[in-house]
Amino acid sequence: MLRIDCEGKHFSQIGQMIRQTAEKEIFVDNAQGHRYIAAGVGGKNIIVNGTPGNALGAYLDGSSITVNGNAQDAVGDTMNDGLIVIHGNSGDAAGYSMRGGKIFIKGDAGYRAGIHMKAYKDKFPVLVIGGKAGSFLGEYQAGGIIVVLGIGTDSKTNVGYFTGNGMHGGKIFLRSEQLPDLPQQIIARKATAEDMAEIEKYVGEYCRYFGGQVEEILNRDFYVLTADSANPYKQLYTSV
Amino acid sequence: MAINYIYPVYEVVRDFGRCVNCKLCVGQCANGVHFFDEKKGVLRVDDAKCVNCHRCVATCPTRALKIVKSDNTYKENANWTVDSIKEIYRQAETGGVLLSSMGNPQPLPVYWDRILINASQVTNPSIDPLREPMETTVFLGSKPDRIVRDAQGKIVDNMSPQLKLGTPIMFSAMSYGSISYNAHASLAKAAEKLGIYYNTGEGGLHEDFYRYGKNTIVQVASGRFGVHPDYLNAGECIEIKIGQGAKPGIGGHLPGAKIVGDISKTRMIPAGSDAISPAPHHDIYSIEDLRQLVFSLKEATDYKKPVAVKVAAVHNVAAVASGIARSGADIIVIDGFRGGTGAAPTRIRDNVGIPIELALASVDKRLRDEGIRGNVSLVVGGSIRNSADVIKAVALGADACYIATAALMAMGCHLCRSCHTGRCNWGIATQIPELVARLDPEEGCRRLVNLVTAWTHEIKEMMGGMGINSIEALKGNRLMLRGVGLNSKELEILGIKHAGE
Ligand code: SF4
Ligand code: SF4
Repeated sequence: MLRIDCEGKHFSQIGQMIRQTAEKEIFVDNAQGHRYIAAGVGGKNIIVNGTPGNALGAYLDGSSITVNGNAQDAVGDTMNDGLIVIHGNSGDAAGYSMRGGKIFIKGDAGYRAGIHMKAYKDKFPVLVIGGKAGSFLGEYQAGGIIVVLGIGTDSKTNVGYFTGNGMHGGKIFLRSEQLPDLPQQIIARKATAEDMAEIEKYVGEYCRYFGGQVEEILNRDFYVLTADSANPYKQLYTSV
Repeated sequence: MAINYIYPVYEVVRDFGRCVNCKLCVGQCANGVHFFDEKKGVLRVDDAKCVNCHRCVATCPTRALKIVKSDNTYKENANWTVDSIKEIYRQAETGGVLLSSMGNPQPLPVYWDRILINASQVTNPSIDPLREPMETTVFLGSKPDRIVRDAQGKIVDNMSPQLKLGTPIMFSAMSYGSISYNAHASLAKAAEKLGIYYNTGEGGLHEDFYRYGKNTIVQVASGRFGVHPDYLNAGECIEIKIGQGAKPGIGGHLPGAKIVGDISKTRMIPAGSDAISPAPHHDIYSIEDLRQLVFSLKEATDYKKPVAVKVAAVHNVAAVASGIARSGADIIVIDGFRGGTGAAPTRIRDNVGIPIELALASVDKRLRDEGIRGNVSLVVGGSIRNSADVIKAVALGADACYIATAALMAMGCHLCRSCHTGRCNWGIATQIPELVARLDPEEGCRRLVNLVTAWTHEIKEMMGGMGINSIEALKGNRLMLRGVGLNSKELEILGIKHAGE
């Protein structure tokens, strides 16, 4: 086990300590906006106490990260594999372009969550947001699943504007009273039992980390958003 | 409908006196221009499909073929050119955005051709490169601003990671997908032989090419295709692509039809789905955000690799470059408006961006004025056509040049500008196996090595002529340049004098 006290340390020192240690269990204490924690790191179990800075777990390659606090922007940016659990809210661009692994956010996510998420073969990214998400959720989404649970919010849609703009793959699940305004190429429908079976395990996992009753959460209306074509721009061009 | 009829631009002329009816042309043209008319027993052509790539011309064993520009004429009009008329017909019919490929073909000024290089006469004698050693090696990366010594007075190594190039030329980004496996193999092999670098482009890195890692620059673009820690660590440098000279301000789009087999594997997206690179990186909306991507990449690769940031030459490129130079990036790449592309909206390719010569001159000046030129190396691309362009770029302040169109031509590209159709008859911009097989990677490599070697000889000769024996001494040495036929504003921006001054 390695304990790193962030107090007075530059992010590069913390990064170096994480990369160099042979220890699998790492505690990062007193994080005060220290950036890039665990960027590209695989095979570790990292517990962050405090508020990690931007790009926590960027390019993460199989490590698991638990944050006891809020996270800032670009959590799990271009993440390849692993698990990030945030016992709080996250800033903007969470899970940007992630290809694999899972991110669980107890509370709200900022703008641009899950933009350009994609899946490939055994890689399947999952982003679960307990509260509500900001605008541009799942823009250009190409694969994977985004779930917004809207727990404890009074918003009717639990998302902001431009959800699923340019989406061309994957699914967005919204647990909400009504649908937000959606771009034309999105197909929205009430979740079927089959759809729900797909996310049950993720909701279960959410409850294991943060508490709450799975049945209670699932026992509400969910909408599923998908793209109506994997080739949204096919008709756009003419060549000379 | 008659109004849509566009008369073929080219006519394929067959000299039946020479033609031996071997039908080779039928197989060579992937556009299906040549066909054998069984009834009449003759070879015929459908000129409308011809893109003038010269494949049939070059492979015809009896030189029976030639392509000529059609003399069918529209009523002459200097304003409504034939091209603009045809484009209107096409758009009126389809409602589509015009798409084309390769660099801007419009007759806009080529400043390289208005700049002349100096040579020594009598005083400061020229150097004979055959007799004297000439240094063309350059190092790309951030240079420390001071020498630091330890308590014992020993110099502390505070040098950031550098790319070492035997000659100031690299192969610029072309993704696997936009070009073929064999084209990538040729570039990788040639980069290794030449001691330079080729660039993966934004399509990830094929597993077969990891072994060329010492000569590879891996690219990270807004779609982040194929980007994962092994990929980031596979090359010697990471290039963040913000923009490209052929299509500044817009993203990329490789249609699902081209995401097949290995391309899907390398990009790490399912076969058949579109590969969409959003216009901006949606995690970068400011220089501060860019800094974040630069450092997250450095953290993920343990500060072992220089990070480059590539931008298109646009109006405020100097200010943008100043920001990049403060972002922690080690190399700035500027791509001029004549840069090539596998596919771009025609209007953007032909109208957006500025010439690389002016962009380079103003960026170099801005960085020097602000005292941050040493923070970064400058690499320029966007139609470097020959060794003289390289010399002029270096004298305007570049550390090195990127070439792509020239490299493709070395491999056989005939500039038909039809890459977007995916049926490149020269095996370059295609994924059709029979066409790809036309490009032999050994031959491609040999020709690329020849090209860069020849340019390097010429660079040495021109350096020798100027009495300069190290390319470093030419860098930013604008006194070695003079303009011809340029106005005073142009000279001011280029920072050079007029010939005769
Ligand atoms: S497209 Fe190329 S190969 Fe086909 S006829 Fe025209 S020049 Fe010949
Ligand atoms: S790469 Fe091929 S298709 Fe593109 S311009 Fe060259 S010859 Fe034509």
